[in-house]
Amino acid sequence: MTINPDAKMPETQSGTEVYSFDPLVVKSHYEIDYIHSYAQDSEFFRALGKKKLMGSKCKKCGYTYATPRGHCMMCGSETEWYQLPNEGRIHTFTTCYFGSEEFLPETPFNLIMVEFDGVDSLFMARLIGADLEDMKIGMKVRAKFRRNQKISPTDVYFVPI
Amino acid sequence: MKHKGHNVYMVSGGVTKFAKATPEMDFRLRVKKAFDYALNDANISLGDIDGSVASYFSDHFQRQLMSGIMVQDYLGLTPKPSKRVEGGGATGGLAFQTGAEEIASGRMDVCAVYGFETMSHVNTWKGNEFIALASDTNFDYPVGGFYTGYYAMMAVRHMHEFGTTVEQLAKVSIKNHGNAIHNPYAQSPAKLTIDDVRNSPMVAYPLTRLDVCTMSDGAAVAILASEEKAFELSDNPVLVKSIGTGTDTMRLADRPLGKVTLLPNEKESDYRNLQYPGVHSFRAGRTAAREAYEGAGITDPLEELDVIELHDAYTSSEIQTYEDLGLCKYGEGGAFIDEGKSELNGKVAVNPSGGLLASGHPVGASGIMQGVFMFWQLQHTIKKHFKDDALQVKNAKRGLIHSHAGTGTYVTATIMEAVK
Repeated sequence: MTINPDAKMPETQSGTEVYSFDPLVVKSHYEIDYIHSYAQDSEFFRALGKKKLMGSKCKKCGYTYATPRGHCMMCGSETEWYQLPNEGRIHTFTTCYFGSEEFLPETPFNLIMVEFDGVDSLFMARLIGADLEDMKIGMKVRAKFRRNQKISPTDVYFVPI
Repeated sequence: MKHKGHNVYMVSGGVTKFAKATPEMDFRLRVKKAFDYALNDANISLGDIDGSVASYFSDHFQRQLMSGIMVQDYLGLTPKPSKRVEGGGATGGLAFQTGAEEIASGRMDVCAVYGFETMSHVNTWKGNEFIALASDTNFDYPVGGFYTGYYAMMAVRHMHEFGTTVEQLAKVSIKNHGNAIHNPYAQSPAKLTIDDVRNSPMVAYPLTRLDVCTMSDGAAVAILASEEKAFELSDNPVLVKSIGTGTDTMRLADRPLGKVTLLPNEKESDYRNLQYPGVHSFRAGRTAAREAYEGAGITDPLEELDVIELHDAYTSSEIQTYEDLGLCKYGEGGAFIDEGKSELNGKVAVNPSGGLLASGHPVGASGIMQGVFMFWQLQHTIKKHFKDDALQVKNAKRGLIHSHAGTGTYVTATIMEAVK
């Protein structure tokens, strides 16, 4: 038998940060690690480690994507991997002076959409080695790859030619 | 397209004043205030409500799943039917349409659509991170993870394609912040100049701080009803004439470079060399407009619409949306604002409330807020609710509300008509 009317929750030294008493506003912390699978897109990330940029091509209608895509949005058929050219052109661009908290320390950074000859869709990436004033639509850019892969789409980035 | 169902009317609405942070109220109380305003305004009792639709975007902001049922519970609507509808920035527009479907199907006679968002629990940059999780987290988020960056790239392409200028973007900001001066519910009314807009901090070129909407706490409620019930509850209901919804690819990179989706007042030869939608235009917006116009019998939107509340999270997207909605042809959006056609007293008043830019953008509430402001415009009761009739669009008979999710993935267009 464990009936004990004198039972007491143990007290600890840890506390709660209070920002305001009226209304009562406190700090609430949250953190988590995910076990994230790239699943059918895995090959794209593995290929970046071999300095290859892989797109998708529809086996049936031949539509070509500059992004990994298991099935074709035009006809619903399965796609196959194919290697994209290393050189393309700026389709559009911006420089971000602010950003999400995770990327704030990297600001300012350039974002571009890349178009490749003979490819039906675009690719989004970072551009380094150029300032806002230097970037122009139609400007030729080349893909470069990180030596130490982070297994992230930023393992590929572009520089002006 | 398909069976239209029963007629749907809006019979009442309520909105809280949008603000950067309102820690003295949680989301349940905020919705309750908007809900009670709506009930009181039309003498509707809790017992008249058959069910509801909950509209909120992100579970991250509050770190509370099932916020919808907490509101349902707080409002005293349990055990009646309810569901949550979510689709990014278009959440409010989608929820409003879902409410209309509940009535059109005959399932409910009176449906409450409530929207809310509490964005003040995290700082602005963490908030941007949460919002950016609505972009593809394998391919887009890790590269830049910032919606203003994505829209900035679209704006740059629109400028390249059509010659749109940063001054034209600024004019949208001036118009919407200026309209909001007369809207007591708005978060950031302001009298601005082009220099004010261009000299405010650059967020992502070409968009400055004043080209971009803010984070907000807020709630909005729309009460929809069947024809029989609408005229029983109100002597001045507003008809929800038709709805339209469109979608587009998650990744901007995947947008096709094909042919323009034409409206009845356009022909293929208008766009000989335009690759569409690319990243300069919103195919989902055009698709939504086309369905809504078809349902309402609209063939010349500029002539047949008197007032529009559209999703201007960015000044550039307002200009892009003029074109998607067919108020002008693709490429003429910049001239449309230059010519003053979207001003309060212009050809068609666009965002007389101040839009998201100046009213604020508590995501799940925004699309419902547009519905409420449109309802008051078409009822001709702006003076009653705003205590100021400066924003009342004269002779407003027919309006369109437009809600839009990140980079144009989900877009809704809903046509509303005065009946009185």
